[in-house]
Amino acid sequence: MSARASSAPLVDRVLPIAATFAMLAALWCVFVYAPNERMQGAVQRIFYFHVNAAWAAFLGFFVAAGASALFLWRGRVEHDRMAVAAVEVGMLFCTMVLVTGPIWARPIWGAWWTWDPRLTMTVILWTIYAVYLVLRSSAREDPQIARYAAVLAVIGVLDVPLIQVSVRLWRGIHPSVISAPANKGGLEDPRMVVALLVTMVAFLLLFVWLLRLRYDGLRLRDALQRLEDRLGEVAR
Amino acid sequence: MTGGGRVAALGADAVGKAFGRAVVLRDVTLRIDAGEAVAVFGPNGAGKSTMLRLFAGLTAPTSGRLRAFGVAGPDPAVRRRVGLVAHQSFLYPDLTARENLRFYARMFGLDDADERVRTWLDRVALAEAAARPVRLFSRGMEQRLALARALIHDPELVILDEPWTGLDAASADWLVGLLRDLRGRGRTLVVATHDFQRGLDVATRALIVHRGRIAWDGPASTADDLDGIYRQVTGAVAA
Amino acid sequence: MSAAWRILHKDLVLELRTREALSGLVVLMLLVLLTFTFAMDPEGAGNAAPAVQWVTFVFAGLMAIQRGFLLERENGAWYGLLLCPVDRGAIFVAKMASNVIVLGLAQLVLMVLLTVLLGASVLAAPAAMIFVNFLGLVGFAALATLFAAISVRLRAREMMLPLLVLPLLVPLVICAVEASRVVMSGGSLASAGAWLRVLATFDVIFSVAGWMMFEQLVQE
Repeated sequence: MSARASSAPLVDRVLPIAATFAMLAALWCVFVYAPNERMQGAVQRIFYFHVNAAWAAFLGFFVAAGASALFLWRGRVEHDRMAVAAVEVGMLFCTMVLVTGPIWARPIWGAWWTWDPRLTMTVILWTIYAVYLVLRSSAREDPQIARYAAVLAVIGVLDVPLIQVSVRLWRGIHPSVISAPANKGGLEDPRMVVALLVTMVAFLLLFVWLLRLRYDGLRLRDALQRLEDRLGEVAR
Repeated sequence: MTGGGRVAALGADAVGKAFGRAVVLRDVTLRIDAGEAVAVFGPNGAGKSTMLRLFAGLTAPTSGRLRAFGVAGPDPAVRRRVGLVAHQSFLYPDLTARENLRFYARMFGLDDADERVRTWLDRVALAEAAARPVRLFSRGMEQRLALARALIHDPELVILDEPWTGLDAASADWLVGLLRDLRGRGRTLVVATHDFQRGLDVATRALIVHRGRIAWDGPASTADDLDGIYRQVTGAVAA
Repeated sequence: MSAAWRILHKDLVLELRTREALSGLVVLMLLVLLTFTFAMDPEGAGNAAPAVQWVTFVFAGLMAIQRGFLLERENGAWYGLLLCPVDRGAIFVAKMASNVIVLGLAQLVLMVLLTVLLGASVLAAPAAMIFVNFLGLVGFAALATLFAAISVRLRAREMMLPLLVLPLLVPLVICAVEASRVVMSGGSLASAGAWLRVLATFDVIFSVAGWMMFEQLVQE
């Protein structure tokens, strides 16, 4: 990140604007441009947000794991900040997935919650990274906590394929009581594909913007702390 | 950090150590040559223990550069050449004295482990208590065994944090003799203590640490008025 | 690896002398099992045996593994260990191995308890049962050993170890329970193949990851 610091002002001016316009375009696509889904009706429109939030959440967790691995390897505080920011933003989107999922499932499947493999996997990931945040806040004064958290972030991502496979197998032998939904990803109309792609761009921009905001926030917090410590020393 | 072609036992270059926001040591720069015996004095909380743990490689500096035998960072080959006696004894309470020593001797890969264990049990006068678990030891016995544990691999650099704690007068004098003997055999010593007399008895050089910095550094021979210097150094900074 | 063997030997001597971990573990497992039985209809409890087995094992095992690290902190012995010229990976291997041995013995007792109290048909295929148990045990010990090195340093350590490990253990628990169910209902190991493959992968990934990352957790 530090290498790009020089171009930061321009990026920071463009990103919020781009994200805002992309999000407005996404809203128009989702609610006006895209047609109603034949089987599910209006409620299907939540799918555009649901799916893209899931991708953004995954992206956050993978960025966090990558930054954490770099931090363990090189020990640079920038990578640690990036990991924290990515987990926080990932958790935001992951929570969004878990909220929009039931809203959609209730009218379609007749139940708020089902142990659909993807939903199950999302809730497990949510708990892993919730623990990451608990760990960080539980021992903020422990100088080792950054390294502990980094190990958790890396192990968490290593666990993802295992969770995915085992959850699939598990649901395979416990057939769902509720009848399988009409093809979840089936986009019958090309306008739906457009809506999905526009929303994806909007979410990606939002993701990057939030990530930068959090990263800068953490950097400023550390800088402020250093200043306070220096002031304290001078006062002594 | 080499001078005259010789590698220093310890070389610290602007070393600092902070635990989170609490800065314990700052800007420690010094060189300790092989064969030197350094006594470290300073008030409680000055950073002596942290400095010794850094020297022993038990903790890493947060800033600056620290080398032991010319090597920076953790290295098993360096650990083989260092012995540390700390506040805690590092002994397993439920193992006997002999088992504790044997465990550490083998961890250091010593070929003559059993022989060394026997010798050291004799030397610290614990041969008769060798089969008793450390849990039943008095403070003095535990401290003597801790010394044996730290010295069993005959380290070139011996680091001792308040080694006279818990020892009776006779054992304390014996320890002075032991440390002078190590010095005579060319070992490097770093001893932190509150005891000026015993510290100067074994040392060739004295350091005073105050508020995380080295406040005074000089040969032990010029320190016959160490009392006065100590009061001046620590008092002057405090005022 | 001789260093790992020496640490393991020391741990086993300590365990034989105090018998703290194993005796505590066995009593704890009995209590969790009894609590389960009281909370369920005892007649139908046999069907729940695989689930009860692994939930009991995981919760009792977490306590025992935490304790293994607390043992090292008495008198600062842990620092003595770190001062030794050995690779930190060897310390992980030794700690994981001693946990596998102690928990493995506890698992055998658990099998007896399940048979007696819940009427689980554990003895139908003892070799297959032991194989399943072993695969579950190794993965559990790898993750719990790694994270116990973290939690032992934290103030809220009793709470943090389960928090850290339980979400990561989900795949292991799912597969171990299902594999146990297959074996207890008389199925062959081959028919539990899919579960066992995930378990084995889990074991390999986290044993290697633990061995490689342990160094990161012990430096100060």
